Amino acid sequence: MKKFYDLHLRVPLEDFGLAERIINRASKLGYSGVGVPLPPHTSNETVSKLQHLCDSVDIDFVTRADFVPKSANELLMLLRRFRRKFEVISVLCLSKAVARQAAKDRRVDLISFPSIDVKKRFFDAAEAELAANALASFEVDLFSIISASSFERVRLLSSLRREVALADKFSVPVVFSSGASGEFSMRTPRDFAAVGLLFDMPLPRALDALSTNPLTIIKRNRAKLNPKFVAPGIRIIQRGKDCEE
Amino acid sequence: MRRMTRQRYLAIKIESTQPIDEKEFKQTVWNTISRLFGEYGASKTGLVVVEYDANKNRAILRCANVATEIIRASLTSITEIDTKPAAVHVIRASGTLKSLHKNLPHTNK
Repeated sequence: MKKFYDLHLRVPLEDFGLAERIINRASKLGYSGVGVPLPPHTSNETVSKLQHLCDSVDIDFVTRADFVPKSANELLMLLRRFRRKFEVISVLCLSKAVARQAAKDRRVDLISFPSIDVKKRFFDAAEAELAANALASFEVDLFSIISASSFERVRLLSSLRREVALADKFSVPVVFSSGASGEFSMRTPRDFAAVGLLFDMPLPRALDALSTNPLTIIKRNRAKLNPKFVAPGIRIIQRGKDCEE
Repeated sequence: MRRMTRQRYLAIKIESTQPIDEKEFKQTVWNTISRLFGEYGASKTGLVVVEYDANKNRAILRCANVATEIIRASLTSITEIDTKPAAVHVIRASGTLKSLHKNLPHTNK
């Protein structure tokens, strides 16, 4: 059975009652894990509270940071400071320079673009090629499609159709996330997968965008954040006296 | 001989803070399908509301098997019903009404 992940559940950190209800709802809707965007300087106490909430409903908690850098240098600085603190790093690209840097940097997991301003969607063939080489995934926030007004939605779907086809051509994984911030903006994974139909994404690929693709990112990053990790394919098995034999 | 169109039955859960009646629900569903897929697309769905339980906020819809994903996508994009914030979830889908009722949790039938 597939494990479904919603990597962008915007849980309000100031209202733990609502946070608890949202996480409970995610569990009831059939998600195995949720990614909660946290501010870079989040206290360990907040993280452990959220972890506890997720553990209580048997759901995997994934820490995520959303960066909105103004320049490529700012992105590099943010990555240097916070990459090892979060399991998933997402970059919202507002300029072409940031988009290119995010796509070629192996520390970036998800690249996303503003949903309303279609002119700021820089996911073209060059971007897709860079992202494919750096193992970055293309993130689609589904609630932005659902909540958009009619004309905005037409333009957004048109852009997404082209971008998803490019991602397919260059083998860039697509990740679907809800972007939900309330109980009424959450849907079952199967219902979200059906939204892929609106931009010509086949159902099996849409289901992968909610299960296999996010899970691959999480597994890869957890392995890297493990203290025993040295480099891809190399990890410490034993230390100290055990190694003398 | 004319081949029969295969049907699909969908059990729906409607979530809202306020009560929703059948007429409002039907209107919203049809409006959403027409807005997303046009009148031509809507005409191919063969959508019928088979049952509606306002107390349990549940409904059963019948549609053409080939149009199931159209209906799912449309139901997913419902964010309000008659200006009341709402969410619609497909809780189960089946080829026959009998098996849908059989597998539906807490059904009376």
